[in-house]
Amino acid sequence: MKLLKNLLKSPMFVIGASLFFGTILVALFAPLFYSVTLDRVGEQYAAPGAGHLLGTDNLGRDYISLLIMGLRSSLYVGFLAGIIATAVGTLLGIYGGFKGGWIDDLLNMLTNLFIVIPSFVVLILISASFKDGRSLTLIGLIIGATTWTWSARAVRAQSSALKSRDHIWLARINGDGTLAILVKHILPYLLSYVFMVFILQIASGILSEAAISMIGLGPLDTQSLGVILNDAKSNGALGDGVWWAFIPSTVLITMIVFALYLINTSMEGVFNPRLRK
Amino acid sequence: MPSETPIFSARDVVRVFGSGKKLVRAVDGVSFDIADGEIVSIVGGSGCGKSVLAKIMLGLYKPTSGQFLYEGHEITDQRDHWNEVQAVFQDPFSCFNQFFTIRAQLKAAFHILKDKPSKSEIDDRVDAGLLAVNVAPKDIEGKYPFELSGGQMQRMLLARIFALRPKVLIADEPTSMVDACVRANILDYLMKLKVELSMTIVFVTHDIGLAYYVSDRLFIMHEGKIVDAGTPDDVILKPTSPVTVRLLDDIPEIHKEWIKR
Amino acid sequence: MSEPTFEVDHLSLHYLTRFGEKIHAVTDVSFEMKQGEILGIAGESGCGKSTLVNGLMGLFIPPLHPTSGDVKVGGESLMNRTPQDIREHVLSRKVSMIPQGAFNALNPTRKVKDIAADVIVAHEKGDRKKAYDRLGERFELFFGAEAKRILNAYPVQLTAGERQRSVIGISTLLNPEMVIADEPTSALDVSTQKIVIKMIFDLLDAGIFKSMIFITHELPLLRHVADNIAIMYAGEFVEKGTAEQIVFSPKHPYTKALMGAMLSAEPGQKSRKPVAIEGAPPSLAEAIVGCRFAARCPVARPECRQNKQELRMFADRLVRCDYAE
Repeated sequence: MKLLKNLLKSPMFVIGASLFFGTILVALFAPLFYSVTLDRVGEQYAAPGAGHLLGTDNLGRDYISLLIMGLRSSLYVGFLAGIIATAVGTLLGIYGGFKGGWIDDLLNMLTNLFIVIPSFVVLILISASFKDGRSLTLIGLIIGATTWTWSARAVRAQSSALKSRDHIWLARINGDGTLAILVKHILPYLLSYVFMVFILQIASGILSEAAISMIGLGPLDTQSLGVILNDAKSNGALGDGVWWAFIPSTVLITMIVFALYLINTSMEGVFNPRLRK
Repeated sequence: MPSETPIFSARDVVRVFGSGKKLVRAVDGVSFDIADGEIVSIVGGSGCGKSVLAKIMLGLYKPTSGQFLYEGHEITDQRDHWNEVQAVFQDPFSCFNQFFTIRAQLKAAFHILKDKPSKSEIDDRVDAGLLAVNVAPKDIEGKYPFELSGGQMQRMLLARIFALRPKVLIADEPTSMVDACVRANILDYLMKLKVELSMTIVFVTHDIGLAYYVSDRLFIMHEGKIVDAGTPDDVILKPTSPVTVRLLDDIPEIHKEWIKR
Repeated sequence: MSEPTFEVDHLSLHYLTRFGEKIHAVTDVSFEMKQGEILGIAGESGCGKSTLVNGLMGLFIPPLHPTSGDVKVGGESLMNRTPQDIREHVLSRKVSMIPQGAFNALNPTRKVKDIAADVIVAHEKGDRKKAYDRLGERFELFFGAEAKRILNAYPVQLTAGERQRSVIGISTLLNPEMVIADEPTSALDVSTQKIVIKMIFDLLDAGIFKSMIFITHELPLLRHVADNIAIMYAGEFVEKGTAEQIVFSPKHPYTKALMGAMLSAEPGQKSRKPVAIEGAPPSLAEAIVGCRFAARCPVARPECRQNKQELRMFADRLVRCDYAE
């Protein structure tokens, strides 16, 4: 694909994509090469050494295993939240922008309502109320359901600008109905934009999960990068100089989000069809 | 064989937009008949309402009041209407979807037809349409809209009409965004449509010179009303409305004085 | 007063595409302009006139590069200067440009008076309040009683004609020597076009700017606007003479073809069919052998495809055709 070739010419994209896909590969396939285990492999907070290259946690578990599992969870939440937020936002945005009139006004009101409600507070409240049922999926769902407003606004503006193009009139006299027009004639123009929005929503999802876990309202009985940090915090690892308890996970979170931002920025230049010409 | 019933028939058609203080009377009471096989031009400056009138003829807008008939009855079903009445628009670049090939979009036009022809017939008709505008089908094979110039794109809009063979064509400013050389081409194709396919053509433009050359009749529109109508020679040589006089004065002609300095 | 304000000396410009191709958009263009002169440059879309315009201001921003030649404003060369330098010292002050479609490119979030004041303040580092006063005076010159309303409006609240006139007003605020207008009236209807051209004449007569290059493909318009006309094809000038010469007795086959494609609402027009020129200009990425118009020329001879045509004096004007008659 010409698009891919162009993207590959940008160093930002190559670095960002390599980092991001690298972490995904590690999360998915590392267990094939490395024995991921939650059994005790050493002393409590043992320093990095043989058998536990990144040290152990307060229960003597191998940090590398924990990080791999944590990576999986965080990526899962990020993707889930990203997909939901982008899908909801895009659907509402495209439809409202195209239809205009009272439908647009109604959807705008809805969007504004959700913007006004601080999503993190909602996240905390819902998380806290689910004392026993806090799963990764639930957290991903909540994040997705509260952060779609940004995509909706952005997509709506684009959709609204597109509907006055003559090719929409032409599509109508070709006999295309509203759904066909939205899918064939508006969505493709927005796809690159929506994709970039998706990338940023994933990043936002990962960060939100880390944040909610760090205040102790994260998923129960699962490892995530945020949970690892929370455990480190609540076991006093920071004060005791147990750097391997919190630095690797912090680095991972930062690296993933950074990689996603790199991908997003590099795409902006390449994706715009007018710039491409 | 041209029929007796006028193709389009308008009686006191009004179309407004907005409400209250922001009310705009885009079309403010127009009445006319357009006969089968005629080329009629609707001429006027920007904001005179001609584009809105064109969209009413296309069935894209309904009149707010008054009666507008196609072949003697109101336009009730848009899809039926578009089987027989089609359009070309002003900006050739914004008329095509940049993500699909040109050929695919030409073929997509057939989607509107009730009696959808077979795949091979569609291909044949698209080829014929391209040849009618002097483009060899292989020249646009696999090409996307952004790979062609404005003039070529405008031809594609006409190729679509040659392929579809509607009864009526509404051409909304097809020449205002292309340069003089391409303009002459487009007019040729419009004449070809009338002569070879007996198409009724409504040509909307602000260029009275073009309208003069190509039309059987001219309507001059101003602020939503038709202020002058008749054959090109009537309207231009014996204008009855000051609007027409001003429009004629405003065109830079090489033999006439234009601006006093 | 007879010294040329603007001199272009064998200017050639090229583009470098992403794939490393060199597109020779402008080849060997030379002309001079005197104070008070309006030069029209006419040609089809893609003939290089817009590229030439960017070159005439010395604004060489990649992928546009100068190949060779010189451009001098009031004796001062514009070549080999940084875009920064050009923006500070040349643009808006010595040479002002009105790009194609400028009236649609006004910042929709700012009022006209703010956009205009920005220009003054950026170049003359003065008091903003004084800038507004100057604006008011200037806009009253050509908008009269409407000036206040127009200055206080957002672009979207104005008609196309008012926007274009505002653009012209803003471009001439600092009294530039030369104004380059790229298709300033092409997208406007005939009545609005007349108003805009009248404004240009008024400004010129009032001495607000000294000379103008007017780019368009409408030859009849140039007949009334320009003193001299240069016809451009595939990056070269193919004919250059006075407006009367070009419009009433064109000599180059391309000029004749352009005039033949024109229409007018005059009696007898109906019997004179406008003749379209089939085909398209040659690609400027490869070297071209022989005359560039030969492929489309109605009177081309076999020699035309071999022999490069140079500009020569014929019938009191410059023509790039050895066989012109």
